[in-house]
Amino acid sequence: MFQAFARVSRTFGAQLTRAGLPVLFCIALTGAACTSDSHPRELILMTHDSFDIGEDIIMAFEEEHDATIQILKSGDSGEMVAQAILTKEAPLADLMYGIDNTFLGRALEAGIFKEYRSANLNLVPGQYRLDPTDHVMPVDFGFVNINYDLAWFGEHAAQPPADLLDLTEKDWKGLLVVENPATSSPGLAFMLSTIARFGETGEYTWKHFWADLRANDVLVANGWEDAYYTSFSMYGGDRPLVVSYTTSPAAEVFYSEGSYDSPPTGNMTGPRVAFLQIEGIGILEGTDNEKLAEQFVDFVMDQAFQEDFPTRMWVYPANSDAALPTVFDFALAPTDPATMDPTTIAANRETWIDEWTQIVLR
Amino acid sequence: MTAAVRAVVRSTPLTFLAIALFYPLWAVLSRTLGWDGESPLSPVFEVLTDRYYIGRLAFTVAQAAASTVLALAIGLPVAYIFARFNFPGRSALLALTTVPFMMPPIVMALGFIALIGPSGVINRLMMDVLGLSEPPVRLLHTLVLILIAHAVYEFAIVVRLVSTVWANLDHRLTETGQMLGASAWRTFRHVTLPLLMPAVAAAAALVFLFTFTSFGVVLILGAPEHATLEVGIYEATTKLFRPGIGGALALAQIVVTFATLLTYARLQERVTNRMPTRPRPRSGVGYTNIGGRVSVGLAVAVVIVVVSPLVALMVRSLLSLDGGFSMAGYEGIFSNERNSFFFVSPLTAMRNSIGFGVVTVALAVPLGTVAAFALRGRGSWWRSPLDALYMLPLGVSAVTLGLGYLVGFKFGGLDLRTTWVPIVLAHTLVAYPFVLRVVLSSLRAMRPQLGEAARVLGAGRLRAIFALELPILSPALLVGAVFAFAVSLGEFGATLLLNRPDYTTMPVAIFRYLGRPGSQNLAEALAMSSLLVVIAALGFLLIERARYRGWGEF
Repeated sequence: MFQAFARVSRTFGAQLTRAGLPVLFCIALTGAACTSDSHPRELILMTHDSFDIGEDIIMAFEEEHDATIQILKSGDSGEMVAQAILTKEAPLADLMYGIDNTFLGRALEAGIFKEYRSANLNLVPGQYRLDPTDHVMPVDFGFVNINYDLAWFGEHAAQPPADLLDLTEKDWKGLLVVENPATSSPGLAFMLSTIARFGETGEYTWKHFWADLRANDVLVANGWEDAYYTSFSMYGGDRPLVVSYTTSPAAEVFYSEGSYDSPPTGNMTGPRVAFLQIEGIGILEGTDNEKLAEQFVDFVMDQAFQEDFPTRMWVYPANSDAALPTVFDFALAPTDPATMDPTTIAANRETWIDEWTQIVLR
Repeated sequence: MTAAVRAVVRSTPLTFLAIALFYPLWAVLSRTLGWDGESPLSPVFEVLTDRYYIGRLAFTVAQAAASTVLALAIGLPVAYIFARFNFPGRSALLALTTVPFMMPPIVMALGFIALIGPSGVINRLMMDVLGLSEPPVRLLHTLVLILIAHAVYEFAIVVRLVSTVWANLDHRLTETGQMLGASAWRTFRHVTLPLLMPAVAAAAALVFLFTFTSFGVVLILGAPEHATLEVGIYEATTKLFRPGIGGALALAQIVVTFATLLTYARLQERVTNRMPTRPRPRSGVGYTNIGGRVSVGLAVAVVIVVVSPLVALMVRSLLSLDGGFSMAGYEGIFSNERNSFFFVSPLTAMRNSIGFGVVTVALAVPLGTVAAFALRGRGSWWRSPLDALYMLPLGVSAVTLGLGYLVGFKFGGLDLRTTWVPIVLAHTLVAYPFVLRVVLSSLRAMRPQLGEAARVLGAGRLRAIFALELPILSPALLVGAVFAFAVSLGEFGATLLLNRPDYTTMPVAIFRYLGRPGSQNLAEALAMSSLLVVIAALGFLLIERARYRGWGEF
């Protein structure tokens, strides 16, 4: 109860007296650095903007370990990793959650993580173990996928595409909105799935596919928010196909306040349409709280935490013991998702994005 | 006032710039340029020789110039009407014009969708009336919409800066001109316009800078091929992991900004006419006759068009997806039914937003005023460069600066990076140049003999400032305060990279809702956005009202 109050009051005014004024006094009085008098140990978790978790879950950890969890939301995963790399010498946080296979290679190259293998890793099936070097422990996974607006296809008596190649056909001309891989994480993931599907060599490569998509009037949005909420036909745009996640239809039911019994959107199926994204947590080099950070990593991989986040972040728990909420019946677990080794992604990301930009935008 | 105190006061803007701008810039650029062990100059060279980046620079300059012309074209006539006539609801209307200025671009995008989207109000109306089968207005993701959005955003700068000075011009000058037989147009061209030029130029400079560094509007309302330099910096730094290129682009942006500002400052000094200001009592001037009524009607119409995306947004916040009335969004934001750690009540978010806003005003107004006083004279070689330097924050990449705060604001054991300090510094940094511009254009229009006369009569320098100059400047100070508050309410660039849940402001809360799929999330985002519109309008109105209480219009 007291902690809940403390958190609520941790607002601007409270912060001013709690953190700001002492700091200013320190500067004024001594001109030197003051070390904080931290009796409840403070653990700072750096994460992306989509992170969400139950209040009681965090409080349980805080009570058990006499610690305070501070959460630093640092933009999307690309922004977060860039910040962590640039502040490597003086890390902003003790831990980072939300780094995925599309950015892992770069982070490992930069050496921002400490090695730690949690005992809970045994509960994670092999295909979801993100990092063989044990710097980042898997927490969740999800699939970037194409969603379609059921009402639109109903009204136009049209079929949703069954294969990625259909998107280059005249029947689906001008129907798709994708995100720019240079500015958006799902955009990058979708580009990677096309590379996994069509490859870089051969008669018809991923570049041919994108050239055909461009000729078929694909729309490129810069972020998921504007693709989904301004270009997707369900929310007032004119594109009935959007790059989102396989769980988005389930989220539509969940957040419809009871007005939908079944999803208003569908998941496109077909080989390697979806891209497997695995997110993990890692301890940042330079932390003063290594032991506590390790305990937090274990905690995040525990069942309680793992069962809390699916309906908040719309991703699957990595821990196979964790039960899924029933609304996930409306999501799709693809049988043949595309995936790619993080080191391959790190080695080629810039070249691929440059090539993509050349083909699609210039 | 002793010389020492005066020296300290005078040096505050530069000290502030050193702490809030140059140090963090140095901190980040010294790291990013030369990243991966390359020579610091090699990314600079790469950027300057790559046709792609040169193209982006050209596009950035061109769209900013076009946006500035458009904003002036819509803003100047309205500025005139606001300056010339007093009419019921005038200050409310003025407050309203400033609301779009502070809206987060994603919110503006939601408004534009509701208005001109394929199934937006205008398209549906035109399809019904004209019997069309396809929506006729297709502006989304076009350059035209970027320019329109910029004009909507920056409209307030033109209206407020110019009308403040216009209202205070000595009306006897134009009357004399007309009595001597000059036509209204001739009087305007040869008398009014030269007197107005400093204010028009100041507004144009601000609009240009704001649109030159445009990020969210271009990113969300434009298409990816419309990327500005700022978007390029963002991509290079956070997605491509080429911090060197990001740093070089940021440097290029700073150089172009500084050159623009220097040219502007030089021109400004040359065109400034020191003419007596003599505010006319505006009460009821002319608006009761036909011409007046038409003019006022026109101004009202333009303002309505400018704020129409926001009106559409607010209407949309009360509708469910199928078009029925619904308060679900408003109910949703007030309850934490899913027990989220990150739930912030709208009241808390409002308090945070207003808190940052008030602190920003309290810092930016004195800072901008002191800076303006340092620049008021003429003739010294250092004035133009100093002016350009003071305005530089508006042209510096928010992405780069945000990273600079994260890299630089840890001093040994004193870690300011995750406190409120960088947020306040960032808001003030973007806010004070507005105060500076507004105050300076009024100061320069002030008769210098006034201060001298006061001193001849025995008043000290300080007394002359406080008893004479500041009261005359009060309208300008209030306009500056409105913009400082607006900048803080809507600031997104720096909070994008310096975002903590404890400091959740309304724009940050809106962004949180929009991060998830589902109609309830959209409804909550729309509800919170509508509250932001209301808070902003009320805030501006309140500051506007201060004018009529004690501070008094002179």
